[in-house]
Amino acid sequence: MKHTINELEDIASQVRRDIVRMVHGCQSGHPGGSLGCADFLTALYFEAMNHSTDFNMEGNGEDLFFLSNGHISPVWYSVLARSGYFDPSELVTFRKLNTRLQGHPTTHEHLPGIRIASGSLGQGLSVAIGAALAKKLNKDKSLIFALLGDGELQEGQNWEAIMFAPHNKVDNLIATIDYNGQQIDGPTEQVLSLENLQAKFEAFGWHVITSDGNDMDNIVKALHYAKSLTGKGRPILNLMSTQMGSGVDFMMGSHKWHGVAPNDEQLANALGQLNSTLQDY
Amino acid sequence: MRKKYTYTEKKDTRSGFGAGLLEAGKKNPEVVALCADLVGSLKMDAFIKEFPERFFQIGIAEANMIGIAAGLTIGGKIPFTGTFANFSTGRVYDQIRQSVAYSNKNVKICASHAGLTLGEDGATHQILEDIGLMKMLPGMTVINTCDYNQTKAATIAIAEYEGPVYLRFGRPVLPVFTPADQKFEIGKAWMVDEGTDVTIIATGHMVWKAIEAGEQLAEMGIQAEIINIHTIKPLDEEAILKSIRKTGCVVTAEEHNKFGGLGESVARLLSTELPSPQEFVAVNDSFGESGTPDQLMTKYGLDTINIVEAAQKVIKRK
Repeated sequence: MKHTINELEDIASQVRRDIVRMVHGCQSGHPGGSLGCADFLTALYFEAMNHSTDFNMEGNGEDLFFLSNGHISPVWYSVLARSGYFDPSELVTFRKLNTRLQGHPTTHEHLPGIRIASGSLGQGLSVAIGAALAKKLNKDKSLIFALLGDGELQEGQNWEAIMFAPHNKVDNLIATIDYNGQQIDGPTEQVLSLENLQAKFEAFGWHVITSDGNDMDNIVKALHYAKSLTGKGRPILNLMSTQMGSGVDFMMGSHKWHGVAPNDEQLANALGQLNSTLQDY
Repeated sequence: MRKKYTYTEKKDTRSGFGAGLLEAGKKNPEVVALCADLVGSLKMDAFIKEFPERFFQIGIAEANMIGIAAGLTIGGKIPFTGTFANFSTGRVYDQIRQSVAYSNKNVKICASHAGLTLGEDGATHQILEDIGLMKMLPGMTVINTCDYNQTKAATIAIAEYEGPVYLRFGRPVLPVFTPADQKFEIGKAWMVDEGTDVTIIATGHMVWKAIEAGEQLAEMGIQAEIINIHTIKPLDEEAILKSIRKTGCVVTAEEHNKFGGLGESVARLLSTELPSPQEFVAVNDSFGESGTPDQLMTKYGLDTINIVEAAQKVIKRK
C-alpha cells in the first residue's frame, strides 16, 4: 500500500471539493458522475496504477488509463492535478476560453495525462484495447485501465469491443463500469435497461468482479484483486456500483445532477460536507 | 509534342496497396494492419503471411477497428486499417473525427472499392461522398491514387508520414502507366503532360481517362495540360494556379459526387486566387447502382468523352 485508506479518503474529499468548485466556477459541467467516481480515480492514481507524472504519449513501461465517459472530466482533471501532472491552480480554467481543461478531455491542448479525446460516447474501450495490444507487441508488461459509464453501454461500439477483447485474449486490460444506474433522461432501467450486466459480460468471456465504488477499502481491494487476475487469458471487468453525486447529500440518489452546476448557496452547502485536506486551488 | 503514355499490363489499385503494405511492413517494424473481414478484397494476405503477429482481424466491426487503431498509435504503432471506402468513412465518421483526427493519431485509413467502379454490388457499397467527408476533418490528409504503381508508392509514403491519412483506391483492373520508380510526394501534384489551351485536373481512376482525353483533344488541335492531383488535401495550390494562369480554364475529373470532391477544392482555390471558368466531370449528386464498372462510368458521365466535351465547353467560356 502506498497510502492508508484514510489518506486516500482524504484525497478523495479534496477531489470532491475541486469538482464542485470547478463546475460552479464555469456554471457548467457534470458534477454527478464526477463525484461518484472520485473514490475510484483516487484509488487508481494514488494506489493501483504504476505511472509517471512526467508525461509522454507512449507511456512505455507505465500503466495507462482511458476515460471513455469523458463528461466526468472534472474528477479526472482534479486527480491528475492532485497527483502531480500539472499544477492544481490550473483547475480554475476548467471550460473557460483558451483552457487546456476542455469540457471533455482532449489531446488537442496537450494536457499532461490525456492520451485520447473522449466525450462522444462508446469509443474508449476500443481505444483501450488498441493500447493494450500495443503493450503486448512491445513486450511491455504494464496494464491498461479503462472507465466506462453504464448508460454509455447503450452505444453499440462497446459491444464490438466487448466481443473482441476475450476472443483476442486481451488480458492486460482492466475495464471498470461506473454502475450508477442513472443517465441524463432518468434511471437507466427506464431509459434503456442494461439488464444483467454481469451475466452479459461473462457470456462474452470476461472475468467479472464486483465492487462498491464509494467504499475506499473495497475499491482498493478490488483493484488489487483485478490486477492479480491479469495475464490469465481473459480481460477483466470491474462492475463497480456507485452513487451519482456521492459525498454531497443533495446531489445523491437522482439523475438530476448529471449535468447541472450548483449555485452559490448550493456550493457552500456542498463544501460544508467535504473536508479540505490538500488546500483548495 | 505530347508525351506518349502506354502500358504493358493492367492491375487493380488495391493490389498496389497490398504490395505497398508488405513493403512498408518490411521497412518499419512499427507498421501494423487491421481488417474488418475483407482481407482478400484489400489484398492484405502477403502482409499477414509475413507478419502474422502484426495483423489484427477485427471482424465486421469497423467502429471498433478505428478505435483500436487509435489506441495502437499510443504505443508507437503505425496502424493501417483496411475495408471498403464506404465502411472506412461514412460508417465510422465520428470514430475517425474524435479518436483519430481530433486526437491527431497516426492512423492510416486505407479504403478500397471507392466509387462507382465497385460495380455490381450497387449503391449501398459505392460511396461517392468519402473525399468530402474526409477532407472536412482538420488535419486529415486525403489521397486518391490512380494506378497500381502510384498506390503502392503512396502506401509506402504514408507510413513515413506522421499524422492521420485517408488513402482511397479501388477495385477495377486498369492500365499501369505511372513509372514504377516514380517517387510519391504527399501534397505534390504530378505533371502528366504539358499544354496551353486547357488544364485537366484528374484524380484516381479518372487520370487514365484524362490522358485518353488529352490525346483526343490533341487530334482536334487542342493542347491540354494534364495534372494528377493525388493528394486532395493538402492541395498543391501552387501547381494548380501556375497551370491555370497559363491555360485560363480548367476541367476537374473525379469518381466522386460533384459536391465535396476535388472539383470543389479547386473551385474554392480559384474563387479567391484566380477566378477562372471550370467544368466538373463528377457524379451529379446521385447514388450509384448495380452494373459493370464501365457501364456505370458511362451512365454517370465519367468517361473519356465527358472530359473531352467538358474541355471544349470550358475553352469557349474563357
